[in-house]
Amino acid sequence: MNLFAHIGRYAMLMTQVFRTPQRWRILGRQYIKEMEKQGLESILITIIISVFIGSAITMQMVLNTENPLLPKYCTGLVTRETILLEFSSTILCLILAGKVGSNIASEIGTMRITEQIDALQIMGINAPNYLILPKILGFVTITPVLVIFSMFFGLLGGYIISWTGVMPPSQYIMGIQYAFVPYYITYSIIKSLFFAFIIASVASYYGYYAYGGALEVGKASTNAVVNSSIIILLFNVLLTDILLI
Amino acid sequence: MIEVRNISKSFNGLTVLDNISATFESGKTNLIIGQSGSGKTVLMKSIIGIHKVDSGTIMYGDENFTDMSESEVTRLRQKVGMLFQGSALFDSMTVEENVRFPLEMFSDAPKSYWQERVKFCLNRVGLSHAARLYPSEISGGMQKRAAIARAIVLEPTYLFCDEPNSGLDPKTSLTIDQLIQEITRENNITTLINTHDMNSVMGIGDKIIFIHQGHKSWEGSKDTIFDSDNEDLNNLVFASALFKDVKKLHARH
Repeated sequence: MNLFAHIGRYAMLMTQVFRTPQRWRILGRQYIKEMEKQGLESILITIIISVFIGSAITMQMVLNTENPLLPKYCTGLVTRETILLEFSSTILCLILAGKVGSNIASEIGTMRITEQIDALQIMGINAPNYLILPKILGFVTITPVLVIFSMFFGLLGGYIISWTGVMPPSQYIMGIQYAFVPYYITYSIIKSLFFAFIIASVASYYGYYAYGGALEVGKASTNAVVNSSIIILLFNVLLTDILLI
Repeated sequence: MIEVRNISKSFNGLTVLDNISATFESGKTNLIIGQSGSGKTVLMKSIIGIHKVDSGTIMYGDENFTDMSESEVTRLRQKVGMLFQGSALFDSMTVEENVRFPLEMFSDAPKSYWQERVKFCLNRVGLSHAARLYPSEISGGMQKRAAIARAIVLEPTYLFCDEPNSGLDPKTSLTIDQLIQEITRENNITTLINTHDMNSVMGIGDKIIFIHQGHKSWEGSKDTIFDSDNEDLNNLVFASALFKDVKKLHARH
């Protein structure tokens, strides 16, 4: 299938997804379940990655901004901007594309090859709406929370490493407060909403159209991660241009 | 009753169903038999609407299925139960939740009715003791029975069974066949069974349609199948080791 055929089929699937649910109560139940499964279960990995990346960025900045003309607090400032602008939204979402995207694609793909999706359709249920909508809504809701967690723990990671003697902690604290632009947090959250939608919808698309056996499910999962990562990077450039420049 | 009139279906220029007409009666177990690749699964999937036929008409009672709008198809499907080859139970739900699911989606009756109905269906298939278990925790035969309970929970008018005995031992197959036949008669359901299991054919074949290379090649019942002079059907029937002796008897007469 060529690119345009994929885009067309994806658009058709999304028109099925965004229809009025047959039972709002069931959508609500599924939505909460998905937020828990996709979001809360990702909090630990978000914290771990953010702390380590925050520490690493701080150390790198100390090395790269070692100049008598530059005040020491610059390290904190650059760490903050890197975490707020790129890491906590884009890089975190790339990591989540691997974790959540593969999970969604393999779950829906397995349902497809074991005829569970056919069973839903035979019952007269709009399968894309029932299966995919709660995943998209749940993940889009929980991702900004993960982004905020990531910002906090990324900056905390830098602070922790400053206590090891890399730089004075007071200078780090001063740096992360200096010339703070609150809009950067809004910008990061807006980006993460787009990225969450991309991850959940692209992964669902590949899972939904997985036909064959276990091999196809694996392939769908890989395609979901690779393609959603590429689309995220593309949208990152576009959104930065629209929202920041 | 389901009636198909002159339906044809092809995929990429290859004709899989060619001008098939048949009537499937209510209160009877209607079997579609044929060799692998003969088109019997495509026929069943076309009747359900998973495949759109190229030409012909499918009637569910007095309703023309081929002319129905999407909302009418959705409404009709609430009268349809289906038993899949691999059971297709939702593996994130317990047996009880699987059976309750169609009620949650479509029934406006009070919850107390749901509980009663689920309990009745699980009792009917002999699975009351496994209500809290997940599909992965029960045997293949039990999964089939759970799938039957789910298929009948909305009291369907039509029941479709795709290879219901696939992967089951002969004794369990017999149990499943008997269960399907009893439920069909008790509720006057129009049941279509897609199979190549000769035990099923001889056990519950109230009406049998034999599909060969996309054509309806023979129509009859378990009582008339041995009298058939259809060579392709005889080859299929007598290929089963169980009926080799019958073949000898048949040759003697």
